[in-house]
Amino acid sequence: MACTCGGHNEALFAQLDEVIEQHKDMRGSLISVLHKAQGIFGYLPEEVQAYIAEKMDVPLSEIYGVVTFYALFTMKKKGKYTFNVCLGTACYVKGSGKLLDKLQEELGIGVGETTEDGLFTIEACRCVGACGLAPVVTVNDKVHGHLKPEDITKMIADIRAAEQN
Amino acid sequence: MEMVNVIIDGVSVQVEKGSTILQAAQKAGINIPTLCYLKDVNQIGACRVCLVEVKGAKALQPSCVYPVSEGLEVMTNTAKVREARKGVVELLLSNHPADCLNCVRSGNCELQNLAHQMGIRKNRFSGEQSTFPIDERSAAIVRDPNKCVYCRRCEAVCSKVQGVSILGGIGRGFNSTVGPAFGHALDDINCSLCGQCINVCPVGALTEKDDTQKVWDALADDSKHVVVQFSPAVRVAISEEFGLPAGTISTGKLVAALRRMGFNKVFDTNWSADLTIMEEGNELLHRLQNGGTLPMITSCSPGWVKYCENHFPGELDHLSSAKSPQQMFGAMVKTYYPQTDGLNAADIYSVSIMPCTAKKFEAARPEMNSSGYQDVDAVITVREIARMIKQAGIDFANLPDEECDAPMGVGTGAATIFGTTGGVMEAALRTVYEVVVGKELPKLELEEVRGTMGEIKEATIDLNGTPVKVAVVNTLARAKEIMKQVEAGTADYTFIEIMACPNGCVGGGGTPIVDALTRTLMDEDYRALRAKGLYNDDANLPIRKSHENPFIKAAYENFLGEPLGHKAHELLHTHYTPRKKYNTECDK
Repeated sequence: MACTCGGHNEALFAQLDEVIEQHKDMRGSLISVLHKAQGIFGYLPEEVQAYIAEKMDVPLSEIYGVVTFYALFTMKKKGKYTFNVCLGTACYVKGSGKLLDKLQEELGIGVGETTEDGLFTIEACRCVGACGLAPVVTVNDKVHGHLKPEDITKMIADIRAAEQN
Repeated sequence: MEMVNVIIDGVSVQVEKGSTILQAAQKAGINIPTLCYLKDVNQIGACRVCLVEVKGAKALQPSCVYPVSEGLEVMTNTAKVREARKGVVELLLSNHPADCLNCVRSGNCELQNLAHQMGIRKNRFSGEQSTFPIDERSAAIVRDPNKCVYCRRCEAVCSKVQGVSILGGIGRGFNSTVGPAFGHALDDINCSLCGQCINVCPVGALTEKDDTQKVWDALADDSKHVVVQFSPAVRVAISEEFGLPAGTISTGKLVAALRRMGFNKVFDTNWSADLTIMEEGNELLHRLQNGGTLPMITSCSPGWVKYCENHFPGELDHLSSAKSPQQMFGAMVKTYYPQTDGLNAADIYSVSIMPCTAKKFEAARPEMNSSGYQDVDAVITVREIARMIKQAGIDFANLPDEECDAPMGVGTGAATIFGTTGGVMEAALRTVYEVVVGKELPKLELEEVRGTMGEIKEATIDLNGTPVKVAVVNTLARAKEIMKQVEAGTADYTFIEIMACPNGCVGGGGTPIVDALTRTLMDEDYRALRAKGLYNDDANLPIRKSHENPFIKAAYENFLGEPLGHKAHELLHTHYTPRKKYNTECDK
């Protein structure tokens, strides 16, 4: 497997050091640290897990166990824009399945995958608690409601256009 | 100790407060079936095989973790209990390869025993089967996650006893498994290859790399002169494979069996253990006299050496440069031995029988070819040689006692105790003391260094006015403690013996597997019994100090020259390789 951590980014590791320092002597703080580390790096590459293992004196096997146990954690690098399609009951009956199909068709990738240019990631989730806006797609942390498949096409085009400028 | 009264299946028993139902039931004469439970190692209530009915409790309770209280009433054999336990085992079997006939653990498998005990003749459940890749990359250990029953005993021994913690639970649901981080092969990571995980695995998910066919092939090849060595702990550990009580010394029977199998010469690693003492003892004196790196640490245990390389790569100067007895033997059997017997070294095939899985790795290290050939051609564990002896139809327990061949078949009592924690230290001090002080130790038995599992023992010996403080450590978890002191420069010892496995080689990862129930029911730890056997062997041997071994004296006189001399250095000493602790994709 080739390295996907994108090089040892000193600034990000400095942020991680701060997080570890805050949680150092707290029992059961591993999940918080991993959560924050994922916030810093966007994902949890092997190098980051090994770094946390060494700094917190927690076995790497235990860290990897936690990372692979919780769906929240990911070891895959995400795109700049993560489209998260809600497949909860309300969104689903309102046609979010079609939104997902459209996304996959437009981007040529499946759920959990990232486009080669590193711009887009598709994810699916169960209910974001915005059922009144069904069907819902979040892009990074922003919620978009009452969507139709053609809206997806436009959203992608807008992002691409903005990125080119 | 506060006692409480409990009723197990209508029988009243008194047990210590804090005992589990499982322990209380044993007192009442009932062995509740278990799978993930392993005395002193794993008590996590994960597998649900030991479920019992507790009066007043709504659900069935896992007896291995349920503490008893005054007046507790437990039913261990109701229809509900039997049905639940059976269901648990059936579910495990539904995703377990049904290839018992081809499994090395057949006949010695706790899952197979449970299925048999519960009368499972047909499985009600069928479904998807796991298809994990099998890791057989390392020279020592094979890991087949498809056979894993998630008991996590391997994880417990790796983290709690060894402190290495390379195994852990991975993933969730149907895809969960127990293994190293990032799905790495054991070969790629900081695994010491000690094999303790094999000894605690209830099934065939963790096994030694089977090298028996290599040995059979060599034995069948007329152009090969096949020689064999067996290590100190092997002479005691092998007995249990043939129904003899733990601690029985079977040197003579093993020699007889090996001869009947067709080995051209049957030698003894005890001989090269004496050689190790000559080199290592002199190295210690040399370091003391010349301001060398201290404390000096033994290097006989290849699991320990690899652990040190991975975890303390900056401290490798502390390791004695003396090779282990196995590797000294390997180098000598293809250089010294051919000279005495008019053989061609190229025709010699050297087999080693070890209580150890890491010895397979050690023999395969690229630098272990100082004879001009691979010094040791095949390493097999006690379990493997036992299988070969059984395959040959040899009635081991009723064999006459035979003696090893000259010139590499005689060892002293000092050599035989190499097989237990403290043994190398005791053997070394018997010789070093005499070399320095000019007379025998006041008492040959150094009780102060004779430890038990996970114990750190210390002693101070007066060497002509110079106090020499020594420490003896077994298990890697304890080794880590001592090494942190060494790293910090606070270890005020001169000489440290470290063995990777609990109780030393008698608890090695290549010794007979003792199942969970037997471990629970034994009055004394089986490893302690094996150690006692070796101490008895030492006491009964005519020569008990390495430097008095006439065959070692002859080897120096006729071949090696002086200890630490040029030839000795070339053949009997080695170097170590710093290794990384973690191996992430960024390193590739």
